[in-house]
Amino acid sequence: MTFFQLSDVEIEALRLSLWVSGWSVAASLPLGVLAAWILARLTFPGKNLLDGLVHLPLVLPPVVTGYLLLVLLGRNGFVGDFLYTYLGIVLAFNWKGAVLAAAVMSFPLLVRAVRLSLESVDRGLEAAARTLGAGPARVFFTVTLPLTVPGIITGGILAFARSLGEFGATITFVSNIRGQTQTLPLALYTLTQVPDGETGAMRLCLLSVFIAMVALVCSEVLARRFAARLRR
Amino acid sequence: MEISVTRRQGRFLVDARIRGATSGVTALYGQSGAGKTSVVNMVAGLVRPDAGRIAVNGLCLFDTEKGIDLPPEQRRIGYVFQDGRLLPHLSVKANLIYGMRLIPERDRFVSFDSVVELLGIQHLLHRRPANLSGGEKQRVAIGRALLTSPAMLLMDEPLASLDVSRKDEVLPFIMRLSDEFAIPILYVSHAMEEILNLADRLVVMEAGKVLASGEMAELLSRSELRTYFSGDGVGSVIQTTVEEPKDRFGLTRLRFGDRLLWVAPVSASKGAGVRVRISARHVAIALTLPEKTSFQNVFFGPIEQVVDLDAVFVDIRLDIGCSLWARITRKSYQELDLRPGKLVYALVKRVSIAIRGATSS
Repeated sequence: MTFFQLSDVEIEALRLSLWVSGWSVAASLPLGVLAAWILARLTFPGKNLLDGLVHLPLVLPPVVTGYLLLVLLGRNGFVGDFLYTYLGIVLAFNWKGAVLAAAVMSFPLLVRAVRLSLESVDRGLEAAARTLGAGPARVFFTVTLPLTVPGIITGGILAFARSLGEFGATITFVSNIRGQTQTLPLALYTLTQVPDGETGAMRLCLLSVFIAMVALVCSEVLARRFAARLRR
Repeated sequence: MEISVTRRQGRFLVDARIRGATSGVTALYGQSGAGKTSVVNMVAGLVRPDAGRIAVNGLCLFDTEKGIDLPPEQRRIGYVFQDGRLLPHLSVKANLIYGMRLIPERDRFVSFDSVVELLGIQHLLHRRPANLSGGEKQRVAIGRALLTSPAMLLMDEPLASLDVSRKDEVLPFIMRLSDEFAIPILYVSHAMEEILNLADRLVVMEAGKVLASGEMAELLSRSELRTYFSGDGVGSVIQTTVEEPKDRFGLTRLRFGDRLLWVAPVSASKGAGVRVRISARHVAIALTLPEKTSFQNVFFGPIEQVVDLDAVFVDIRLDIGCSLWARITRKSYQELDLRPGKLVYALVKRVSIAIRGATSS
């Protein structure tokens, strides 16, 4: 059974991956819901531009996204310099940078799922809540948001899975540092580059498949449970 | 209640002026597409008029000249939608108190228990909207709107999506609403039957404009509006009071003016107001007082108006202290040599009770 015995490097990569993906989803969720709401409900000049910007990471080569992040947010980057000088935050070459890279890459998936769900919410219900005395903010939190939960779950799980698999932008932005930025895919890549790494690579590969399956099943079960709650 | 709004929607122009009393049921009647729902949505604040003024109970909700436009949540207008619109993620109870909780306690004059009892929804409180029947949903929707202790209740065809038996289930509750809670109701419908049962006043809309408005009985006797009240709608509405709930034959004796009317037993106490409706088809005309007849209700009075309906039937309005419509064949009309001013007997075959604040048995 030594095949299933994870090495220290692999355990580190697994824990870092879950940590980074978890933070990526947690950090991008509020912003993702906001962006989805803006895109679903508002009309304003430049909406197409915002839409394009949100979806850019989906169509750009991940390496390009990573490079852009490096240029902007690296220690010498325009924004990165500001963050470091005034807030003492360094994103380049540590796990926070990995979180950012994963969040940016998975953001479009999150926004798409939430937006789809938001657009299917019956506006008539919101109007009804307004006539019952609820202001717009209350309507959002007591009507719109609860009815969007299935989309938020789907989007969150998709974003989590995408974050787990993030490679190109991460390696470009924060490099491949063991214990700092070496997530599962990066560890797997590293193992394929060294002699005798095949066994480890295969283990990580199976592990990735397993996590992805669990995430998908969870998403399906949760979404179905919430849909059932509305019907019961 | 004062509504005076204009709004252009594409090529459709809504231009409505409605003055209603501060109590009772005002029906907004018209074919679909007449702009009824637009008007109601403007009152609720869900649709913004281009110009105009809306005031309810002395409170100005909208006024373009003064620049007033209260958002829906500040208008204190209860709205019962045609499709219920219960919040699907909340239980019936949570739906009911959703709006109630947002009203300061001192402003609440409708209690939770009284609404639950009136609407008979005690057993539904812990269910979710998805497994309620259509009639149950509408009752909950009515309760939810009532519990916000509104200054006015808007009902937009609350029965339209229900089948006949469900309609009969909900209608009595609506009848009792305005009496029990003293909230003026603006009731939108294209079903004359409902309006005849419910409304005190009537506003007729067509193509975005108000065609006529006034007291129910008065409008029903205006000949130019008769095409709107076709079918079973042609008839008379008479406001009566109970003089004897149960005579020795078990019948209820009603009084209007100095006339009496015997009807099938009504469970109402002496002095209670009962509205009856007499379909024109259930009134026959005779020139002499018929002897030995089973007709209980016979009235004597002059013919006031004759309306040629088509080649076969004629509608006749009699003055019996109030207006009474009769529909007879043209053949009878000519054979009896009827004309306005002639004194005749009206034989009433059937009286429907449109009870307000009482139940029929």
